[in-house]
Amino acid sequence: MTDTLLAVEGITKRFGGVLASDGITLSVPAGELHAIIGPNGAGKTTLIGQLTGEITPNGGRVMFGGEDITTLPTYERSMKGLARSFQITSLFLDFTALDNVALAVQAHAGHSFRFWRNARSEEELRAPARAALERVGLSHRADTVIASMSHGEHRQLEIAMALATRPRMLLLDEPMAGMGPEESAQMVKLLLELKKQYTILLIEHDMEAVFAPADRISVLVYGRMIATGLPDDIRANPDVRHAYLGEQEAVVIDG
Amino acid sequence: MKALTVRNIVVGALMVFLALVPVYSQMTGNVFLMTLFTRIVILAIAAVSLNLIMGFGGMVSFGHAAFLGIAGYSVGILAHEGINSGFIQWPVALIACALFALATGALSLRTRGVYFIMITLAFAQMIYYVGVSLDRYGADDGLTIYRRSDFAGLINLSNKTTFYYLCFVCLIGTCYLVWRIVNSRFGMVIQGARSNERRMRAIGFPTYRYRLTCYVIAGVLCGLAGILLANHTDFISPATMHWTKSGDLIVMAVLGGMGSVLGPVLGAVALLVLEEWLPHAIAVAGQLITGKPVGAAKEYWALILGPMLLLVVLFARGGIDGLLEKFRRD
Repeated sequence: MTDTLLAVEGITKRFGGVLASDGITLSVPAGELHAIIGPNGAGKTTLIGQLTGEITPNGGRVMFGGEDITTLPTYERSMKGLARSFQITSLFLDFTALDNVALAVQAHAGHSFRFWRNARSEEELRAPARAALERVGLSHRADTVIASMSHGEHRQLEIAMALATRPRMLLLDEPMAGMGPEESAQMVKLLLELKKQYTILLIEHDMEAVFAPADRISVLVYGRMIATGLPDDIRANPDVRHAYLGEQEAVVIDG
Repeated sequence: MKALTVRNIVVGALMVFLALVPVYSQMTGNVFLMTLFTRIVILAIAAVSLNLIMGFGGMVSFGHAAFLGIAGYSVGILAHEGINSGFIQWPVALIACALFALATGALSLRTRGVYFIMITLAFAQMIYYVGVSLDRYGADDGLTIYRRSDFAGLINLSNKTTFYYLCFVCLIGTCYLVWRIVNSRFGMVIQGARSNERRMRAIGFPTYRYRLTCYVIAGVLCGLAGILLANHTDFISPATMHWTKSGDLIVMAVLGGMGSVLGPVLGAVALLVLEEWLPHAIAVAGQLITGKPVGAAKEYWALILGPMLLLVVLFARGGIDGLLEKFRRD
């Protein structure tokens, strides 16, 4: 188990009377693409919030690279190499695509108490940013103000920004949310590509979308991990079928 | 791309005009114009400094005039106690502003939105009442400054033309500095935090310390305006930091345009010139229409200025600057 990159040890989070995380335990070895799926209200967002530091768990620990990061603030987790993309597009809308990614590069290029030089002409920031855009296939849109880009492009940009922070691990929060089938297929292709280089924790609502890229899948229902295993085992697991298909039939068939 | 747009021509013309005010004033003997524009240039510095935190940083402070007062009182109190040297007065004033910004910013920046507006207002009102209670320094009535800051013969601030050009150079310097800042790495962080602070933290920025630094810089720059204002009026009173003065600075920035460094300069000129000119315009128009002097009617100039501001806010989001910018595409 020495190569475990992310380990979640029995984290619990209570909101009033609701147990949003009920003793969740999870371990992601380096190099794995691990998917967490669950129906609406399963506590996926609460879980990712605790991994990134926006929510502090009531109990349990989060270990990253062998280090306890349970109470570390968000920006320090980013510094340690834990990058996230957001479910709802969360970008700097009045900046260009390149500006957005360059900002992510800048976050990891020393402190930003630099008041004089024009940041937009610093190759040191721009070149890695362009590389990240290239990686997700957006280099032709580098100088476009992102308020005028499509939803699918925003999703790609989310990933480019995560990549630009030179992470050890990517936390992708529903990267395929709201995408058409064609864009989804493209995203899966990108994920398979990224998988070669990064450890990835993929949170998804749509079960079918993760079967292809995922090495292992965990299923979260009402704040509890009800199963973890290989995609085929998860597909065959009766509990999962009951929990998921029972409530989300329409969505799964759609996907 | 940057060349001769309507906006750049207007801004350029305004700068040339500002540079030539003393020449015109001397030629025509119009001292009032010079006094008015000295005040405009000084308040433009304050508006530009406010816009650094408000327009670029998204921190809407309703207490920015506090820095005008703190700097003014630093100069006034030192002068009252017999210390007239600018080499002491100015640094003391700027440091006082920096410390006040650091202390109040550290608390205010833990809040967001309306709460930030209210807490900055509260701090400014607090310092306003401190001014009111300074019995030794004139309290409510204010404090007359009998001698302007003395720079050991290096520059004579009592000379109106010299003083105007000093203010003008300070305005240019402030604008240049702010322009460098907003385009630097630091500026990117500030603007990113305005746009989406949560995302900034997720990509690894400890945003709080950058925002606080920005708040302190803006406070110090406004302090510069406060020093100049106190020297200009030879007087400082609590009224300088009344919340309505902070409101005026916000209006200047919004009216001129928060999206650019020079927008607030346009706003300061527009607002203060209108304030001066509208009463006369009403008097003249009133006489033309009714055929007799209207007298008190010119008191109601704000009734005209108000709707004008409303129109700018409703229909020209980028203020005057944004409006001028629109001509480019035609």
